[in-house]
Amino acid sequence: MTELERVREEDKKLAAERRKIARDGPRLSGAKLEARLERTWKRPRGILGWLATVDHKEIGRRYIVTALIFLALGGALALLMRLQLARPDNDMIGASRFNELFTMHGSTMMFLFVVPVMEGVAVYIIPLMLGTRSTAFPRLNAFSYYMYLFGGLLLWGAFAFNIAPDIGWFAYTPLSGPQFSPGKRADIWAQMITFTEVSALAAAVVLVATILKTRAPGMTLARMPLFAWAMLVVAIMIIFAMPSVALASSMLISDRLVGTNFYNAYEHGDALLWQHLFWFFGHPEVYIIFLPATGFVSVITETFCRRPVFAYPVVVLALISTGILAFGLWVHHMFATGLPRVGYSFYTAASMTVAIPTALQIFCWLATMWDGRPRFQVPMLYVVGFIVTFVIGGLTGVIIASVPLDLQLHDTYFIVAHFHYVLIGGAVFPLLGILTYWYPKITGRMMSETLGKIGFWMMFLGFQLAFFPMHFSGLLGMPRRVYTYPAGLGLELPNLLSTVGAFVVAAAVLLFVINGVYSLYRGAIAPPNPWDAASLEWATSSPPPDYNFAHIPVVKSRTPLWDEKGELPVVTGLRADEKEILLTTVVAAAPDLREPVPYPSLWPFIASIAVGIVFITSIFSPWALTIGLIPCAIALTAWFWPKELKRNPEPVIS
Amino acid sequence: MRLRGPVLILPLLLSGCDYQTYQSIFSGAAAEVRQFNILFVIFLVICAIMYALVIAFLIVAILRRHRAQANVVETGRHHESDPSMRTGLIAWGVLVATGLVALAIASFFTDRSMAKAAASEKLSITVTANQWWWDVQYNSAEASKTLRTANELHLPVGVPVRITLHSNDVIHSFWVPSLAGKQDLIPGRETDITIVPRQIGIYRGQCAEFCGTQHAHMALVVNVDTYADFLKWWGHQLHPASAPTAPLAQAGYRYVTTGQCATCHSIGGTSAGGRVGPDLTHLASRRTIAAGTMPMSKGNLYGWVEDPQSIKPGSRMPTIGLEPNQLHAVVAYLETLK
Amino acid sequence: MIRPVRFAGDVADLPTHKFGPSSLTWWGIIAFMVIEGAAFALAFAAYFFLMGHEQGWPPEARRAPNLLFGTLFTIIILLSEIPNTAVKKAANEGDVPTIRRLMPVMVGVGVVLLIIRGFEFNNLNVRWTDDAYGSIIWALLLLHTTHILTDWFDTVVLAALMRTPLAYEGRRLVDTDENALYWRYVWLLWIPIYLMIYWVPRL
Repeated sequence: MTELERVREEDKKLAAERRKIARDGPRLSGAKLEARLERTWKRPRGILGWLATVDHKEIGRRYIVTALIFLALGGALALLMRLQLARPDNDMIGASRFNELFTMHGSTMMFLFVVPVMEGVAVYIIPLMLGTRSTAFPRLNAFSYYMYLFGGLLLWGAFAFNIAPDIGWFAYTPLSGPQFSPGKRADIWAQMITFTEVSALAAAVVLVATILKTRAPGMTLARMPLFAWAMLVVAIMIIFAMPSVALASSMLISDRLVGTNFYNAYEHGDALLWQHLFWFFGHPEVYIIFLPATGFVSVITETFCRRPVFAYPVVVLALISTGILAFGLWVHHMFATGLPRVGYSFYTAASMTVAIPTALQIFCWLATMWDGRPRFQVPMLYVVGFIVTFVIGGLTGVIIASVPLDLQLHDTYFIVAHFHYVLIGGAVFPLLGILTYWYPKITGRMMSETLGKIGFWMMFLGFQLAFFPMHFSGLLGMPRRVYTYPAGLGLELPNLLSTVGAFVVAAAVLLFVINGVYSLYRGAIAPPNPWDAASLEWATSSPPPDYNFAHIPVVKSRTPLWDEKGELPVVTGLRADEKEILLTTVVAAAPDLREPVPYPSLWPFIASIAVGIVFITSIFSPWALTIGLIPCAIALTAWFWPKELKRNPEPVIS
Repeated sequence: MRLRGPVLILPLLLSGCDYQTYQSIFSGAAAEVRQFNILFVIFLVICAIMYALVIAFLIVAILRRHRAQANVVETGRHHESDPSMRTGLIAWGVLVATGLVALAIASFFTDRSMAKAAASEKLSITVTANQWWWDVQYNSAEASKTLRTANELHLPVGVPVRITLHSNDVIHSFWVPSLAGKQDLIPGRETDITIVPRQIGIYRGQCAEFCGTQHAHMALVVNVDTYADFLKWWGHQLHPASAPTAPLAQAGYRYVTTGQCATCHSIGGTSAGGRVGPDLTHLASRRTIAAGTMPMSKGNLYGWVEDPQSIKPGSRMPTIGLEPNQLHAVVAYLETLK
Repeated sequence: MIRPVRFAGDVADLPTHKFGPSSLTWWGIIAFMVIEGAAFALAFAAYFFLMGHEQGWPPEARRAPNLLFGTLFTIIILLSEIPNTAVKKAANEGDVPTIRRLMPVMVGVGVVLLIIRGFEFNNLNVRWTDDAYGSIIWALLLLHTTHILTDWFDTVVLAALMRTPLAYEGRRLVDTDENALYWRYVWLLWIPIYLMIYWVPRL
């Protein structure tokens, strides 16, 4: 028999076997289907099972919990700094230690808390919101979490061993270069960046593919929830922005380790090259943080105002245009560096223009409240807190977009006030709201409404007390990143107020965590749809089974659970005996392919260890990059290589 | 001028009346800073109006939630909306865009007017930043009139001065809030800033770009004098250090000019010619020690010379470990450097 | 499901593989291409930024890199598109014997290219420590070498897999098609890098 004939014979046999596969539908539904799906999709137990998971819900929960731990750690550092700054000429914490504290605080909050928590929430909820059983590339998803974890452990391990970086969270050269930062602190910082940026890029690839290809049939792009739009824009932004900081930090390590001269002005390099590359990433980064939060606000506003957000197309266009415009602003971080003034005008104009789409989104949310019947449970309180607080930050942003104003305010506490208003008001408030909102979906219980309300007011008022006075500290002449300040400049009162406020905020965060932990054991049991919301994640139980949905729903509107009266339309025909999802077309979401889903695997974990070892040892020797590639290659090959080399009736990724 | 009052009220209310404005942007002691204050108030007013509109919309939206009819899922009208919202959206978009254009134009014109005011400078100074002190050089066409000092500037009121900015190590930022916006000092590049002081007084500035361990203690003092006083100061600073007469000071003179001090410091008229650290020729005429770390006084001089590392840890001046009699002699000599 | 369901369409007859944008891994590959493209675009920007500071390029009147090995590399990698296109076409047609014949050719081409690349590094006429020009030239060449190395290794693994009975599986044919697509990207990206390393310093 020739090869071709043998293959034809095999094809015939496989076709026969295909007809016997158990699929969901009229012949297999209800409790029998659920039992079958549960066996197929079950998560493995034990330590190895934990390490091998590919379940997006488990990975999402890990991201969220880890990020909240880093929030607490970064917040503790903030309290230490505020204690030192409570009085002028204070000597509680010395200069070197203080410089480590603000570097660790900024780096932890930006790289280890706020971006990963957004990724974590997205990774958890997006497949549920889109009506599918898994993300795309679940093993890559698992890998991205481990890379994030290792990056965080690297940074905090360094802190524990007293070699924390002390160069500021944006590490300007030449201060961070080989001559002025001897030792390994700056290298550790730069490699933490490499870990977290590989993690974010991997998560971004997962999200783009999931949002474009795995949506429920009928969920056209025009019917997709606004949070999914926000995450699509954010994932694409990550793909364009993160390589910039990767390149910059690799060049920095290279200058420090092997003597290149990228940032060395005395050998035809330029210290400003770092600033351009860093801020080309750094400015989009803040929108990478903010846009998911706007998604949260849209979700909460829709549910608690009992109607979809006003002017959906305007909100979508606002998200997209913010994402694009964000890449044209970075030089506004460099107004004091002496670049040509004519060029600066462009960046002033662009920085002001980016306010327009955000202003339109705010109108749309307010119009939704106007048209609807807002109910002020805790998530909606955080939305109101967001509007009141974030808009102040946005307006101070317009102020510092002006070059003459920025030349006074740049690098002062006015800027510290601005960015905390937009980051805490604009991202953390919606985050606390959405965690309260999706808590029943994730855990099956409700958070305490009373504790939540108390926590909200503490958070909101404490925040204003902590950060509003900083506008004045800046105007009175207090620069950033100073471990102390002299008496007699009028800085005593604003700093003292900020310190008190910081402790109130810390107490509010603690209360939120206590609420979260307490409610896990004593919270009211949540029904599948406690808020009577419209989107698909509420069409399944709370918490969802491992397989998310017993049947894949068909969607006909932007608010499926509100518009489908009676029975939910679903498709049939997906396998119940092996893991499989439905792929649909990008724009119209017409059913296109059936895609096998990988089973739990240890290779993402092993690969992340191999890659992690390369990154960490390359802090000490460039040879790590050559020798270390071999274990990485082995791990990645094993990841990809199929477990069995015989053909199945339908493909399976074991 | 008129706007100084209202602008000052806010910090006064907040901080109580007992503080100095010599490091405050509010003090408006230079042409540029006054223009800043005006532009800042324009921005504040327009931003406050926008904020008020947002909050008003929010409040009304909340207050009307108990009305009878609403476009919500419970009434089945969740896909409809109030037609005034569509008009409102367009009006809001136009209003925001117009406001931003107005602010951008105001900003642009202020920028241009500041640049014009800065042309035609009559005085040239070069400031070189180091970790963590300021090397100051007054430039002159005549070499004999060039003056080198440190950490303190004297400027004549009403005269535009152009300060050329260099750095010997990392990026710093030159910032005297009462007199001008900031400008970075970047190694390998030359930047500059022009200041036109309009008010006599003493002002304080600080490095405003994180530059390492003692970034918080890199201040400088700017004295704005009458033109006559300024010339008198410059003339005096050009004099070399006078030879001391008292025996203790003479012993200090010998130690300072022949020992380690001379490796880093220079004193005009002596053999001490080190240029790594600040020039000390008229040290005792300055208001502060170690770039604003401590006020100038005999006691503080003792503390600094004896153990700089305990006062400003990480600074480039080592703690040498002087014998007590050496210390007395050195401080006695330094005090003569007026 | 929180509500009873109504069956509204069957997907059992949908295929489990397709070429092009219907394939999930196609999106993964495109996303990685965009990530690498962004990194390279920024490296190009850094190159021109550093060049913009100088009167002459290379600065300090160094010799530009030798043309021989870089040009040889370019010719060979451009020619490699011929077997590459053949592999891609064979994958789309399900022609496994052709794939099995041509994949080792692609592997061999990769080895030759990597050897020539070694000579290129030796003939740049500047060290990475000499100045920023040296640093950025070496960085561009190193980044592209990583590109070649990873895609070559992918090709090795895929070539091995296509020797097994799994070669006839639709998804493996899609993998082969997408690997060929990626190789196109690798040489396309080389063209501007070649110009920037070897020709811009000669302008």
